[in-house]
Amino acid sequence: MDIAVLLFLTSGLFLGWALGGNDAANVFGTAVGTQMIRFTTAAVICSVFVVLGAVISGAGPVETLGRLGSVNALAGSFMAAFSAALAVYVMTKFGLPVSTTQAIIGGILGWNLFSETVTDTNALFKIVSTWVLCPLLAAGIAMVLFKMVTAYLRASRLHLLRTDAYTRLGLILAGALGAYSLGANNIANVVGVFVASSPFNDFSVFGVATFTAAQQLFLIGGLAIAVGVLTYSKRVMLTVGSGLMPLSPVAAWVVVVAHSLVLLLFASEGLERMLAANGLPTIPLVPVSSSQAVVGAVLGIAILKGGRGIRWNVLGGIGMGWVLTPLLAGLVCFIGLFFLQNVFGQTVYRPVPYVLSEPVLERLERAGMKTDRLGELRGQTFSSARRFRQALGERMAPDGDDEAKLMAYAEVDPMAIDPARLPDLETSRLSAGQVQAVRGLTGRTFMHTWMLAEALAGESGEWRPREKTTKNKAHNKRLRKNLDFVFRTFRVGE
Amino acid sequence: MALTKELALFRRTKSLETEIDDFLDKLSESGMVFEHAVKLYLADGRTEEFDEKLRHVNELESTADRLRRSVETQLYAETLIPESRGDVLGLLENLDSVLNLFEGALWSFSIETPDIPSDYHADYAALTEIAVRAVESLVLASRAFFRNIAAVSDHMHKVMHYEKEADKVSTKLKRAIFASDLPLSHKVHLRDFVEHIDNVADRAEDVADRLTIYAIKRTV
Repeated sequence: MDIAVLLFLTSGLFLGWALGGNDAANVFGTAVGTQMIRFTTAAVICSVFVVLGAVISGAGPVETLGRLGSVNALAGSFMAAFSAALAVYVMTKFGLPVSTTQAIIGGILGWNLFSETVTDTNALFKIVSTWVLCPLLAAGIAMVLFKMVTAYLRASRLHLLRTDAYTRLGLILAGALGAYSLGANNIANVVGVFVASSPFNDFSVFGVATFTAAQQLFLIGGLAIAVGVLTYSKRVMLTVGSGLMPLSPVAAWVVVVAHSLVLLLFASEGLERMLAANGLPTIPLVPVSSSQAVVGAVLGIAILKGGRGIRWNVLGGIGMGWVLTPLLAGLVCFIGLFFLQNVFGQTVYRPVPYVLSEPVLERLERAGMKTDRLGELRGQTFSSARRFRQALGERMAPDGDDEAKLMAYAEVDPMAIDPARLPDLETSRLSAGQVQAVRGLTGRTFMHTWMLAEALAGESGEWRPREKTTKNKAHNKRLRKNLDFVFRTFRVGE
Repeated sequence: MALTKELALFRRTKSLETEIDDFLDKLSESGMVFEHAVKLYLADGRTEEFDEKLRHVNELESTADRLRRSVETQLYAETLIPESRGDVLGLLENLDSVLNLFEGALWSFSIETPDIPSDYHADYAALTEIAVRAVESLVLASRAFFRNIAAVSDHMHKVMHYEKEADKVSTKLKRAIFASDLPLSHKVHLRDFVEHIDNVADRAEDVADRLTIYAIKRTV
């Protein structure tokens, strides 16, 4: 690993630090603010569980972010993370509660714009919809939980002091859960953009477990968050504890638990599998903002109390921050990328050309598309996704489905099955049959990812996706992950 | 680490609960002893038995003081119940002031040995009973504050009721005293003792008023 890589990763760490300083306040702020838990206790618990959550269950939301735009050059990742961190920092300076999620998404959109990559509107919509869903869900959970807890307290007739002791213990447990969810969910914000250009390799721990490249990234990101918690979160915690709305310790506990549950819901791959297995609709695995969850939960309790005590101007400020943060991050990222590319001569993105070559046209025909409509576009090459889409729009105005197919099949992503890289497969999560299939293709080159995927499926049944049902979703997802790994390993120019 | 600290916290919590309960016991007990002592005085004047009751109330008062200080110190030293400790502190100190009134009244009986004509004995006894009942209801309300906040108001209205009753009896008694042929100095002396006892009920009501606010604060 060279020095440049480390240098670029620092912006991710900066972002992690900023997130630790701010979002830890959501988890333990009310507890510390109401003097129920000392700051040092809170900070230590928070740090430990953030790291655990990041490494153990950080994988889910990262994929959604990855799909939104795969920032495919390290310098680009650097700028996306840096602009997000800067946006978070500036918003904090102005006293606006920040959402790291929104900042990083703004940064990625800025990169998409600069690199002329087309933004996956589906993934974007999925993420933006959770910005509404998440506070609503948190409010709902908080309301139910608060009702239950107060009813229980009334019925149990605990001594004031005993209630206090239980609340303290509850705040510690809920805070630990919250920190775990924060790590699991928001690690995507910190190092998610680096996953596609990860400088690490998977390695096996005594042949028992595999420590994936992503997990190594998550560990480093988690540590950065932990440092943020330990060094910078105290003041923010005290502000949240008494600033947002006066809360009783029990209400504070409810807020933390509701917040944690919501974050976990949006980060849990296990839950998704369970829901899918029972034929229930799944919750999108998306990095959600813990600030939004906390605000939602507090509002839920405020509504239960008849809406008294809601500070509408504070709420307005928060809403404004939710709009401003992604805009600012996007703008900074775009401008920053310009300087990085033209002043410092860095590669901020790997250009992704699109081609409508014979094999692509044939594949499109097989997918049920009439390619004659493409006219003189046939055989042409386009330098970026945006130009390709523009040309398509002028020529044939394809509907969303056709356009998605065209974009997917025409994308040029040259790969060569280089024998020198084959050993990398041994330590990965691929099955023996899958590795065998890759070996069978040694020496061949592929212009498109779908070509390699089809070639692999032709070599071995273990590379064939199953029918699209909810039950098979998990299997296909695993397959997709393994394919991504193979693409990453054999991509030309990586 | 944090967990073992929490377990230690649960042990301390238990002992603190006991101390608060003990404190309330002392207040309730001193009320009963006070009633007994006043009735003894009315029957036989200042006797050895009366002095014994006075000493008893003295002891109760100093034990209660010690308990109160211990509870207060622990609440603040260990930042327990950060939300309500100010209220608990206020409550304990106010309850303590009721106990002080019991003690002060008995000292006055002991020092001034008022000569109470037998005509008024029944009213003095009734006034004492009512004042002590007000304090007992206050003690129950205070216990409810710690364990069952919803029940605080059940006891609170009784405190108010007894205080009004005490006012009626004391007014009636004072009118009777001043309508009599006793010399003015004697009347004034007798009135002082009506007020000593009536003050207990008044004070109990004041504390109850505060307790109402503390209770509202905790339910909001």
